[in-house]
Amino acid sequence: MTQLLLFDVFNGLIVGAFYALMALGLSLILNLSGVINFAHGGFLAIGAYLAFTLMPYLGFWGALLVAPILTAGIGLVVERFLIRPLYGRDPLYSLLLTFGLAYIFEDGTRFIWGAQSVPYQVPGWLMQPLSTQYFFLTGYRLFMMILVCVAVGGLFLILTRTRLGVRIRAGTLDLDTVSVLGVNVRLLRNLNFGLGIYLAGLAGVLAAGMLGLSPTIGTSLIMPSFVAIIVGGLGSLPGTLLGGLLIGVASGITTVFYPSATEAVMYVMMGAVLLVRPRGLLGEEGRIQ
Amino acid sequence: MNALNRRNANVLIWLLLLTMPFWMIALGGYIQLGTQVVILALAAMSLNFLLGFTGTLSFGHAAYFGLAAYGAAMTIKYLTPNTLLAILVGVCVGTAAAIVVGGLIRKLRGVYFAMVTIAFGQVFYFIAFRWNTVTGGDDGLTGWTRQAIDLGVVKLDIEHNGELFYYVTLAFFALGTGIMAVLLRSPFGRTLLAIRENERRARFLGIPVERHIWLSFVISCVFVSLAGALFALLNNFVDPRFLRWDQSGNFVIMAVLGGMRSFWGPLVGAAIFVVLQDYISSQTENWQSFIGLFFVLIVLFFPRGVLGIIRRRVAP
Repeated sequence: MTQLLLFDVFNGLIVGAFYALMALGLSLILNLSGVINFAHGGFLAIGAYLAFTLMPYLGFWGALLVAPILTAGIGLVVERFLIRPLYGRDPLYSLLLTFGLAYIFEDGTRFIWGAQSVPYQVPGWLMQPLSTQYFFLTGYRLFMMILVCVAVGGLFLILTRTRLGVRIRAGTLDLDTVSVLGVNVRLLRNLNFGLGIYLAGLAGVLAAGMLGLSPTIGTSLIMPSFVAIIVGGLGSLPGTLLGGLLIGVASGITTVFYPSATEAVMYVMMGAVLLVRPRGLLGEEGRIQ
Repeated sequence: MNALNRRNANVLIWLLLLTMPFWMIALGGYIQLGTQVVILALAAMSLNFLLGFTGTLSFGHAAYFGLAAYGAAMTIKYLTPNTLLAILVGVCVGTAAAIVVGGLIRKLRGVYFAMVTIAFGQVFYFIAFRWNTVTGGDDGLTGWTRQAIDLGVVKLDIEHNGELFYYVTLAFFALGTGIMAVLLRSPFGRTLLAIRENERRARFLGIPVERHIWLSFVISCVFVSLAGALFALLNNFVDPRFLRWDQSGNFVIMAVLGGMRSFWGPLVGAAIFVVLQDYISSQTENWQSFIGLFFVLIVLFFPRGVLGIIRRRVAP
């Protein structure tokens, strides 16, 4: 029983790390630009499929490195030509636009790569279980956890140590002032969007190795990411990280006791958090309108 | 637009709706398509009560639509074969959920409100999806049909007569839109407009903003539920896709496409959307891409909607 529980908690942590990785990207874009990026799941799928296509040429590691960057590139183009015209208008419009993009991405991946799910080859030595007692602790899962930690750590380093990161954080608080101080806000939003999409692409490559590839891979991950942001608190990146891990572990534990409520439990958590703290766990009053 | 014009527009719309079965066939459509337009128009107009007239973006209205659909379907299947009772139960179920969720989110605004409504919409989707024994899970709820309505004096055989069902639907549509129109003209409706235009000022005037938004959310969901129950009856079928997020998005795009700031806008939007979707999905397998492209094009080039543009032309 303890082994089973441990298995599900660990599973929950991994799933939670995914949610967090995706939600962090969403959160970055939402905080600075006020855009709810519904197409985030679509970008994730593109990242995964790009890695799948690149792998025969670049190998596993090459694909892991290049695919998210290419995805981020697509993100930069989308932001420049489709989303930029919508800044300053009702958030309804950017939401609808990315909603349409999500349709296009899902259908597009299905059109290009086929509706059937395809397996994603991970190096054999990574798939070995590390211990016979804790069979679930394969190298790949551990590797994923480490990579997510590195990515999140890198993100927070960028945000606190680089000029770009400081500007992003400042822009989240007061974009007008940042603009008046001579920062190119358009470029800032563009790069910030690319950074968010990079995280989605990375999550996509990792998810491909774990879940296999299917066109709906992104759609199934995007809703939990929304919940992660709401639970963690809008406008707070550490909150988003915490939210993702929390709902991941919660649904992992629920799987042991009541499997059919696996998805429902995160929404129950969301309801409870909203009831007690309408701004989310680490959210601050009045940060985001 | 002056009062005379508005009255003419109303008369024209009702004339078109009342004579639909006669010209729809001639134009190459079919009755169910017309019924679908009317039902989805009711849903989009209810959403617009919140979106266009209270200025609050809900992106999760499919949840209440779908809940009511399940409520109606399950009443006929498990409880009693009575269509009117089914509609009533459906509306009650959808409204009850809206009261609870509305109470939780009434303090949120803007993007945050939209996001929470999206997320809450998914709860009910997962329940319908997972609870196989009762809801039929992914396969949907089949094995039931809408029943003839017995009014004592006459018996309306809507089960087999599609035209009659259209007129019954239209009657509910008239009831729903009529109540919403009256509400919007009442002091309560004017207060909602005040909140839309300037929430802070409304608050300083002593208007209990949160309560009004909650109330507006619930009213909007009552009629979305009505539409959902009717939609289940139209299809004689319910499945979890009724309450998924893409359905919510469709309602919003209908409202935007027709024109959010006009009362009849969503009707126009629903008509265009339903006909277009029907046509595209019969032509190509990749209809999703076209619908997506349609969303993008509307947002970029057509954000005011059809009626918004017409109104600008008439009264600059």
